Amino acid sequence: MSDLAAQIEPHIPSLRRYARALLRNQEAADDLVQDCLERALGRWHLRRHDASSRAWLFAILRNLHLNNVRQLARRGVHVEFQEADGYASPDGDGERTLIVRDALHALATLPEEQRSLLLLVAIDDFSYQEAADLFKVPAGTIMSRLSRARANFRSAIEGGARVTLRRVK
Amino acid sequence: MNDHTRPVGEDDLMAYMDAQLPAGRHNAVETFLEQNPAVRARISVDNAIRDDLRRRLNPIIEQPIPDRLRVDAILRGLREARFRRIRTVAACVALLCIGSAVGWGARGMLPAPFSSGQQALMMATVADAVAAHRVFSVETVHPVEVGAAQEPHLVQWLSRRIGHRLAVPDLAKQGYVLMGGRLLPAGDQAAAQFMYENGSGGRLTVYVRVSPGDDTRFRFVGSRGVSIFSWIDQGLGFAIVGTIDRPQLLALADSVYQQLDPQHRPAPSDL
Repeated sequence: MSDLAAQIEPHIPSLRRYARALLRNQEAADDLVQDCLERALGRWHLRRHDASSRAWLFAILRNLHLNNVRQLARRGVHVEFQEADGYASPDGDGERTLIVRDALHALATLPEEQRSLLLLVAIDDFSYQEAADLFKVPAGTIMSRLSRARANFRSAIEGGARVTLRRVK
Repeated sequence: MNDHTRPVGEDDLMAYMDAQLPAGRHNAVETFLEQNPAVRARISVDNAIRDDLRRRLNPIIEQPIPDRLRVDAILRGLREARFRRIRTVAACVALLCIGSAVGWGARGMLPAPFSSGQQALMMATVADAVAAHRVFSVETVHPVEVGAAQEPHLVQWLSRRIGHRLAVPDLAKQGYVLMGGRLLPAGDQAAAQFMYENGSGGRLTVYVRVSPGDDTRFRFVGSRGVSIFSWIDQGLGFAIVGTIDRPQLLALADSVYQQLDPQHRPAPSDL
């Protein structure tokens, strides 16, 4: 059992970070991580032994998230989470904080697939092959989707930064 | 084509940024970026954005793992859930056995239970009564359609629409005063709702509609904070709904039943 903990627990911080970036509310994010771990541990014996447990855990978390979003949409619930303000930029520089906050806001405006792809590759260092397995597309497709996601992200930030600066003045 | 001479593409640029570029392509990409300052600027903007995003999200990585997310806690939760499931199934089986035995032993001794058609109708009655209670009991401006001041008119009007002589139960002894009533749709028929209020603003509704079939016992249902007693008496289905506990509501249901029953029979047992 401690062996199981040793295999899974090292991934929990990055699962929390991914969930937090998807949901923008730490409490809801931890609920999602808990669901993911329950699902994973309940089916631990079913996982493919050649697959990395990290990629498997991330795939479970993403599928649960997509199911939740679909279910809420079916019930007509508008999904909007309040952003907790607990993460000021560590360098304490005001201008930097503005840009950083914009990065998270801008990320939230992207379609889920682009958001997840950026988070997995750019933040969690997934290889293109791991991302391709998770999204069930060829690695080449991952690269072109990534290029599109980055272009959207860039223009969302550039658009958002102008709005923020105007409001600050 | 040789790995060094292939033209640089968008896939190379992505792989360059994500440190996933094959070693043989490095020189080609770097030469390309020197010759294309606009692309180089774009790449450095993308890199800066990624660094910002990391800075923003990294504090989460450094936090200690909450207790509820530890593997041991999750495993304990799973074991408890499994145990609860087994216990629930066992309890259901036991109740079913007891229920069947009691039912067989008591056959013919009690008033008729719900027949299955009646059961469906009563469930619909209860659902409609609860929905109407939730919608109108919170209403401050127009809780009722016709107020208690026009009680004779209210009774006459609702009796005509329902097609049954109705009487308005008096619950003053239990502290509830009639506010009035309204007409409601019930499938393709009509239903009536009477609303009462006590001194502290607690509201109670009595829902009535035509329900053909034999008389039944009281049946209790609790649904998300509201309590309901329902029964059928002489062709009318009743549901009394309130946000009070079961014994209090039973006393009120009993009183409603007594007042609406011309022969003043004893109230059916609470089963």
